[in-house]
Amino acid sequence: MKPNDVILQSVTKVAVVIIFTFSIYLFMNGHHNPGGGFIGGLSTAAAVVLLYLAFDIEKVRENIRIDFKKLAALGVLIAVCTGLGGVLFGEEFLTQAFGYKELPIFGKTELTSALIFDTGVALAVIGTAVNIILSISEDR
Amino acid sequence: MHSFYIILFLPFLFAFIVPFLFKYINKRIHTGWFVLFVPLTIFLFLLQYIPIVAKGETIEYNLPWIPSLNINISTYIDGLGLLFGLLISGVGTLVILYSIYYLSKIREELHKFYIYLLMFMGAMLGLVFSDHIFILYGFWELTSISSFLLIGYWYERKSSRYGALKSLLITVFGGLAMLAGFIMLILMADTYSIREMIGNAAFITNHDLFIPALILILIGAFTKSAQFPFSIWLPDAMEAPTPVSAYLHSATMVKAGIYLVARLTPIFGGSSIWFWLVAGIGIITLLYGSFTAVRQTDLKALLAFSTISQLGLIMSLLGIGSLAVYFGPGESGALYTVATFAALFHLFNHSTFKGSLFMVVGIVDHETGTRDIRRLGGLMHVMPVTFTIAVVGGFSMAGLPPFNGFLSKEMFFASVNDVASAGIFGLEKLGMLFPIIAWIASVFTFVYCMILIFKTFTGKFRPEKLTKKVHEAPIGMLVSPLILGTIVVLVFFLPNVLGEYILIPALIPVLPMIPIHRDDLYITAWHGLNPELWMTIGVVVFGILLYKIVKGWIKLFNHYPQWLTLNHFYNRGLAGTEQFSKNITNTYMTGSFRHYLKYIFVFFVLVLMISFLFLYGFQFNFSNHAPIGIFDMAVVIGVVAAAFVVLFTSHRITAIVALGAVGYFISLFFVLFQAPDLGLTQFVVETVTTVLFLLCFYHLPKLRKNIGKISLKLSNLIISLAMGATVTILALAAFGHKVFEPITYFFENAYELAGAKNIVNAILVDFRGFDTMLEISVLTIAGLGVYILIRQSSKRREQSNETE
Amino acid sequence: MEIVIAIVIGILVTIGTYLLLSRQLLRIVFGSSLISHAVNLLIITSGGLKKGNAPLLGEGKIGFTDALPQALILTAIVINFAVTAFVLVLSYRSFKANGTDDMEKLRGNEHE
Repeated sequence: MKPNDVILQSVTKVAVVIIFTFSIYLFMNGHHNPGGGFIGGLSTAAAVVLLYLAFDIEKVRENIRIDFKKLAALGVLIAVCTGLGGVLFGEEFLTQAFGYKELPIFGKTELTSALIFDTGVALAVIGTAVNIILSISEDR
Repeated sequence: MHSFYIILFLPFLFAFIVPFLFKYINKRIHTGWFVLFVPLTIFLFLLQYIPIVAKGETIEYNLPWIPSLNINISTYIDGLGLLFGLLISGVGTLVILYSIYYLSKIREELHKFYIYLLMFMGAMLGLVFSDHIFILYGFWELTSISSFLLIGYWYERKSSRYGALKSLLITVFGGLAMLAGFIMLILMADTYSIREMIGNAAFITNHDLFIPALILILIGAFTKSAQFPFSIWLPDAMEAPTPVSAYLHSATMVKAGIYLVARLTPIFGGSSIWFWLVAGIGIITLLYGSFTAVRQTDLKALLAFSTISQLGLIMSLLGIGSLAVYFGPGESGALYTVATFAALFHLFNHSTFKGSLFMVVGIVDHETGTRDIRRLGGLMHVMPVTFTIAVVGGFSMAGLPPFNGFLSKEMFFASVNDVASAGIFGLEKLGMLFPIIAWIASVFTFVYCMILIFKTFTGKFRPEKLTKKVHEAPIGMLVSPLILGTIVVLVFFLPNVLGEYILIPALIPVLPMIPIHRDDLYITAWHGLNPELWMTIGVVVFGILLYKIVKGWIKLFNHYPQWLTLNHFYNRGLAGTEQFSKNITNTYMTGSFRHYLKYIFVFFVLVLMISFLFLYGFQFNFSNHAPIGIFDMAVVIGVVAAAFVVLFTSHRITAIVALGAVGYFISLFFVLFQAPDLGLTQFVVETVTTVLFLLCFYHLPKLRKNIGKISLKLSNLIISLAMGATVTILALAAFGHKVFEPITYFFENAYELAGAKNIVNAILVDFRGFDTMLEISVLTIAGLGVYILIRQSSKRREQSNETE
Repeated sequence: MEIVIAIVIGILVTIGTYLLLSRQLLRIVFGSSLISHAVNLLIITSGGLKKGNAPLLGEGKIGFTDALPQALILTAIVINFAVTAFVLVLSYRSFKANGTDDMEKLRGNEHE
């Protein structure tokens, strides 16, 4: 890599944290506000891509030891399994459930199976997007 | 589900076990021994119906399959079905027993063989017992397919493949014609059930579609039963292993057409066109088959043509019997009932003697290594048992006593004599042709039977022409033909047991309107010195005469021009159609991506525009449109400008950035249109996509100025403009019309139903979760696709580097 | 507004079609990308423009724009991303393998 990437790298270090936080916010809030699995996943992927652009691929790979292909597959698996969860309770495939629970810190919180499904979606999106970009950039 | 269905589907069910049997047990025990139980069980199971059906009762079972389409596997056991069912399972048992000794367990791929055979057996059984006409059709085509597989069993041989393909093409062609005929029948009778169709026969007879349906269905039956001129597939089908020939071409597959004609006689019989087609084609086939069989030198080919000829005989008898429908109950009707009875009787007899003859030929082939008559001879002393069976089968086929063929042949002569004096359908003038043709054909039948027996088994034994040391076949191989031969003799002496319990019950469904006179249907070997007997005596005298001088006149066949044969027409026709479709395909499948896209676009424009014209789609309603703000206009201009930059620029980077700009403007549109989720998603996706383009452009060459002919560019431009205009009109028309109420109000209950306040998200993860699940699957697959594309090629590169 | 959007859709489709018909692989990818933008616009506009608030129940408003097209488009955008990526990689792979990105030279011949 060229030596004059210092500015980009310093900015990236800060930006990535912000983007990650923001994407988690987008993802968690997706049920009630704009956001959700797709957007959360894509913005996370964008952050990872930014990391790859700013730093060496090898360096990032050393620090993020995730096989993104498997991550995508895991996402699909989670989504399918939530679908099967409904079947276990005698409902149609992919019936989602939700309820409210008092949790220690958060107070009254909504718990939904849709969130798990959305997690699957987000993982699939992250996995695929990063996998595509990585594959291409590795092709020399 | 009644146990009958288990029996009916037993062949299919058992086929699943066959591969495992072959893999694990075949080394010790021949797979055939296990398969043998299937037809045997079916046969024994079916035996229990004989007393019930002989009393004139019928049994029906019903199994829902696709209730919404009114398709049920409705089955119906009556005499006709039972006769066929017993033949299929009975001969099936013997054939499998025979095949155990015929096919080597070491060399052959037995699992395939037995799976095909079981598939065929199951299809035949389903065919003869179904009442639902589409189920019957399905089984009909399944017999074609499985016989294709069986004929092509030795697929390494070119001739096997040729024969298999030929039989498939011809029988499936006939099957499709038959399907069209069936659909017409359904339209006419307003039912899917064959029995109800027969009940509604009165409506059908006067319907406009009567004759087309009749002809189409007969094409199906004639192709299957190898009637002239569709008979050409049968000789080539002899490439199949001999057990298959013995099964398919003596007792089962070729009899399917006979079954169909018999089954539908109550509907179509009684019309002159049915009579002339069935009886006329049948008798022509009889003559053609016997005439051609005489000149064959291959024993199996001889049997093939004799099968064609015998099928013609049965077919013509069915045709003559259909006159009974015309005459109705009464003396004349009863007279022609005998013809149908004779058809069923001969059908049974043919299965027995032809089955045994095929097996005999198989034995000769197996033990001597050849089926060529010119190399065989004098086997009588080497293979006495085989010779005896051959004599029994051959004399029965020639119509000699004391074998069952004599009885049915006499009845055949009686029937053709009766038809000469029928006096309807133009038979006053042409009626005499029937006995004449029948007699001539019988003479030739006699000759080829004698050739089959005596050229093979008498004369001089010439071991030097044979590749193997000849000896009698193993006992296991002789059991099946021996059983069949015994039946041939037994039936001659006790024909009325068969008649009473099997044939008369089978006759009732063919001619339900005629009351049965058992006295007319009493079979006797001796009925005085009547014309039939004289005809038989004539056949024998002339037959012996012709056989003695056969060397002299058989050379005449060589003068027949080759290009006039049916096979020649088939081959030329096939090559011609292939060339024709190839030429047509080559005119539009140019290999050019642009051409294919053009077809799609032009089709799109034409279809939409034409349907707009005809459905009065050009109605726009601008009343409810939203106002335009300044900000909206700015975005619109931005999008259009960026799009034009993509079109005109010749710099890759500019194009990519402009494309990204289009995407960002679109995301602004989404924000303006109150779609925050979309705006966000589009924004992020566009970013990632732009990165993607920037990564890839490294690998792609520079954009070139669009070179090419002006006319080409112009046509591209015209198509593009037409596409744009069409989509604009479509959009305008769509915006103005609301045919249905939007269903979005349902989703506005998202909070109550899904606990979500973001409706879009609720739709994605809850209401339409299935779509989303599949979508991420597609996404993942695309990602894996990209990975594999790159990984594969870089691997290949590494490998090529290593080799260098 | 609808008329303007319809015209924008028409322009995008025209340009997209023209690019698809061109000879260079990269242009073809651009074309398909433009057409998918046009289709997204078409779908969202057929749901009605500016007919209510954003489909979020949490803000205490009533009267929302049609949420269904939005959900459809959201799916379409993400799928489109995957397809674009795939086509891009396919095209540069084919360029590397065949040494040309000219569609007229990339004709499949039957006797290859």
